[in-house]
Parts: sequence; C-alpha cells; structure tokens
Amino acid sequence: MWKLTEQKGEQEMRKVFVQTLDKLMNENEKVIALEADLGGASGFSKLGKSHPKQFINVGIAEANMIGIAAGLSMRGLTPFLHTFAPFAVRRACDQIFLEGAYAGNTLNIYGSDPGVCAATNGGTHTTFEDLAVMRAIPEVEIYDPADGVQLEWLIGEMIGRKGVHYIRTTRKQMPDIYQEGSVFEIGKANVLREGADVLLIAAGLGLKPALDAAEVLQEKGIDAAVVDMFTIAPLDADTIRSQMSGKKLVVTVENHNITNGLGGAIAEIMAEDASGIPLRRVGIKHEFGQVGSLDYLKKYYGLTDQNIVDTVIKSL
Amino acid sequence: MNENKLKELKRGSAAIRMETLRMMRKKGYGHLGGAMSIVELLSVLYNEVLRYDPQNPSWDGRDYVVLSKGHSGPALYAALALHGFFDTEWLGTLNDGGTRLPSHPDRLKTPGVDATTGSLGQGTSVAAGLGMALRIEEKDQKVYLIVGDGELNEGQCWEAFQFLAHHKLHEVIVIIDHNKRQLDGKLTEIMNPFDLNKKMESFGFHVISADGQKEESIYDALQQAGGVKDSAVCILLETEKAQGVPYYVDREDNHAPKFDEAANRELDALIEELRMQVEDGGK
Ligand SMILES: Cc1ncc(C[n+]2csc(CCOP(=O)(O)OP(=O)(O)O)c2C)c(N)n1
Ligand SMILES: [Mg+2]
Repeated sequence: MWKLTEQKGEQEMRKVFVQTLDKLMNENEKVIALEADLGGASGFSKLGKSHPKQFINVGIAEANMIGIAAGLSMRGLTPFLHTFAPFAVRRACDQIFLEGAYAGNTLNIYGSDPGVCAATNGGTHTTFEDLAVMRAIPEVEIYDPADGVQLEWLIGEMIGRKGVHYIRTTRKQMPDIYQEGSVFEIGKANVLREGADVLLIAAGLGLKPALDAAEVLQEKGIDAAVVDMFTIAPLDADTIRSQMSGKKLVVTVENHNITNGLGGAIAEIMAEDASGIPLRRVGIKHEFGQVGSLDYLKKYYGLTDQNIVDTVIKSL
Repeated sequence: MNENKLKELKRGSAAIRMETLRMMRKKGYGHLGGAMSIVELLSVLYNEVLRYDPQNPSWDGRDYVVLSKGHSGPALYAALALHGFFDTEWLGTLNDGGTRLPSHPDRLKTPGVDATTGSLGQGTSVAAGLGMALRIEEKDQKVYLIVGDGELNEGQCWEAFQFLAHHKLHEVIVIIDHNKRQLDGKLTEIMNPFDLNKKMESFGFHVISADGQKEESIYDALQQAGGVKDSAVCILLETEKAQGVPYYVDREDNHAPKFDEAANRELDALIEELRMQVEDGGK
C-alpha cells in the first residue's frame, strides 16, 4: 500500500533512476542500461563506471538505440534506455512501434524532460505530444510518476515485465508525495483525496498543483477529490467511473497537449459513458514549446495550482 | 591573405568569442565547448565569405547557413548581432522567457537564422534540400552546413551525405567541426569515427582539411571549396572543443558546463582580455 508523506522534501528523478538501476544491476546481470550520448545529462554514465559490462553508449543515434535494445531483449536481457523524451518518441517512433511493440520485444524507455521540463532547451526539445503518440500504439504502457518513491517502485516493477514501457519524467527535482516504501499497482489509479464536488485527475508534474489546488478549493467550500493517474496506459477506467459519479465537474491536469493525452483519454471514457458531467482539461492548448525557466513555462502554459483553482471556480 | 584582412578576422573572432561568453556568463551555464570551436569559422564566414543583407535577412539572393549542431546557437547569435541583424542588447536575453534567442536556432524567431535546428542530424537534410532548390533554380548561391563530429553518429547525416554526393551537390559546403568530443566524452571512446577524411572521400566527397583555429586556413579552405563544381564538397575543420578558453579546453565537462566561482573568475578575465583585443583591433 501507499501512504502520503508528511515531509516537504524533494528528490532528483535522474538520481533515483540511476541509484535504482545500479541496485538492480547488482542483483541481476541481465539488466542493461543504454544511453545515446546523454549519459552526463541523465547520470547514466555512472552506471558505465559501476557496471561496464551492463552499460552501452550507442552515441547520438536514438533510432539505433531502440533497435539495439529490442535485439538485446530477444536474448532475454532487460534493457533500460534513456534519451530526452522527444528523441525517443518523435525521433525513434517507427523503431519503437515496430521493433518494440509490434514485434513483441521489451523496451524500458526513460524519456526525460517531457513537456515544459525541457525548460531552457526550448521548443525543439519540448514534447507536448509524447502521450498522444505512445497512447496510439497498442500494448504500450505509459507511466508519468509524480515523485521519487513512485519512480523507484516503478523501475523495480519493470524487471521481468515484457513489452514496451514508456516512463516520462523530468531529470530534475520533484516534490515528495508518497512515503518511502509505498507500493502501488500498475494500471490502478491512486485516490489521494476524496471529495464530493469536483474530481481532479492528474499525473506527474500535474499532481502537486492538483493537491495544492484541492486545499485552496477546500477553503472556498469546494470539496475536490484528487486522483493520481500515474499509469496513463492502460488507463484505470474503473476508478474514473466510480470517482466521477455524483461529481459536478471533472478536471484533468497534464504537462502535455490537452489533445490525446490524459485529458483526451478521460474525455473518451466520459463520452462513451454519456456521463453528462462537464470536463475541463488543464494543459497545453495546441501550442509549441519555447525556452524559459520551468516556473515561467508553468505559468505561461497555465499549469499552476492557481490555474486549476480558476478553472474549477469558473466552471462550477 | 594580407595582414590587415587577417587582423580584421582575428578581431571578428575575438568579438564573437567575447559576446558568446558574456551571454553564457550571464546565464551561469551554456553549451560552451561547441560554440567556441566554431568562432573562427563564423568570423570568416560573416566577415569575408557570405553574401547577406542584415537589413533584409530573408533576401532571396543570400547564402544560407545551416547550423545543424544547433546547441552552438549562441555563437551564431553573437555573429548575427555583430553583423547588424539585430541589436547586441538582445544577446542578454538568451533563454529568457519570451526571448527571440532560444538556446537552439529558430528560423521563425531570429533574424538571420536560416534553419531551425537542435535535434542533431536534421539540419543536414534541410541543407541538402536548400542546395537542391538552388540547383533547380540554377542559382550560384551556397549553403554552408555546419555539422558536429559527434552529430555524425546520427544515420541521417549519412543519408544526407549520400544524397549530396550522388547529386554532386556542390551548392552545399559541408563543414565538419572536428573537435574530437561529443557530450559524454571523446569520440574515440563513445563512438569511433575512424578516419573522417577517408570516410568522406569514400562517400564521394572532395575533402579539404583546414585548421579551424586559424582564420587564414579557414578562409583558404572556403575559397577552395567554392571552386569545386564536379562533386560534393566537405571541409574537415580540425578544431578543439572550447578553443580559445584555456580553462575549459581539456576539461571533461566542457560540453555544457555550469559555471562555479572559479570558472566565473576565469571567464571574466578572458572576457576582459578579449574586449581589449577587440578595441585594439586584434593582435
Ligand atoms: C537528436 C539529438 N540527440 C541528442 C541531443 C543532445 N545533444 C546535444 S549536443 C550533443 C553532443 C553533440 O556533439 P557534437 O556534434 O560533437 O557537438 P560539439 O562537440 O560541436 O558540441 C548531444 C548528444 C540532441 N540535441 N539531438
Ligand atoms: Mg564535437
């Protein structure tokens, strides 16, 4: 089971990734880490030092890396690969689709700095469409973890798990949400907070603002439930259905285009059920990315707790 | 090359280096290594070689520059500002929210930027397309394609080179910034390029080697390359990552360092030294 933490700390996600992999590589020599010349940026270079036989830097060749990982997995090895999210999902899309998913191979992809997390790398490096692309490929699992505890657990779950698994998360700090040692269930959303009026559904970078917004709404007499949808595919429709029943409003929060991401996925369920409940999607509204600090970009694209509060109040 | 012209070029290099370092110093970080290794090249291009009109950046008759190694954008911005495309004041806004100077070049944001780059490898094909358009239109303009040696890991580069060679597309002058390092370390340790000269030659290119730290050598190579009409052409520019910034030349972290206090002191001293060179008219 998972529990929310009282602590107000934070963890650097790439550190969690590298430390967790390091541990898994000690225990299991079939775990292989792959990089495409961003080992300095991801910290994966450290794995090359601690486990030279289990680390491969393919150079700046992302499509090649995906194919190589697929080949490794055909011999029963467990590849974890890192590159920036755009260079995985956009640049190597056909390789992920075909030699990964379609061919039934295993890829554990760490697509780092999705959405506004690209920050000063700017528009060329910004993915507001990675969920859309990956969601359209059958059998691909998509994860958007919200903190270091969840990420550590998730990486462990990938051992022995076959298929294409896309983990999108920043390299940088994320605020602590869960207690150390929390255990989750793949494909099962976490109801972090019950509430009678509004349902807030978020993941990853959107989760903390959603929790903060719920607090603010409480003070204003609006009772908001908050759900952590860290598994975006396969989507936990059951929890959505049970949570949305009786609510006056559903709001999704995502570091992604509001089309075909988390909000899009929820919209599909709500429309098919003819739920009749209004839905608002907080996220990027069909714009390209740009350079700026993370704070600037969150404000610019409307991903703050204030934006969520405003959306709820305007829509009720 | 006569002495005055060489002096002018060296002064141009000092100015580009100074402005680029200032931009990064202000931010506290930057893709320093690869920006520094094209400073002399940019000085020669913008002072002596390119046809352009800063008042009319989209002039139809201009030569094109495709900086495929887009992370070196700041050096290009310095060159563009110094050559009148926009106010040097802009340089201070690098990477700020709302800036017109993003870390990676954007043709829709910055006057004088001909191609949007940042995803390594992609600029090579765009340059090939531009060159093909010039061929179809029977123009004598050129496309100067600047590509990183680590960038050559990307298969797309070789797809573009194959196209250039097949079509003998000498309208595109491929310039490889051979600074021997990529992000994670030395090329020979990350992905061995073997003999780039032979590799390009066997791909069908006329290859010209030049010393990328010497303006006169770069100038001669560009002149020679401009005269090639019967095959694709490539300048293999021998450079050093972070050249001109002794503090960073041999450092492992010279690709994109964050500056600590020691680095700041070094950079401040160097910027001052460069400022004096620019004012004295080069050394
Ligand atoms: C497709 C793609 N993959 C990865 C990166 C991240 N990246 C930026 S610069 C760089 C290293 C480039 O090395 P090189 O081409 O030798 O450039 P230079 O040494 O001139 O800086 C990498 C891996 C990128 N921008 N694009
Ligand atoms: Mg290089």
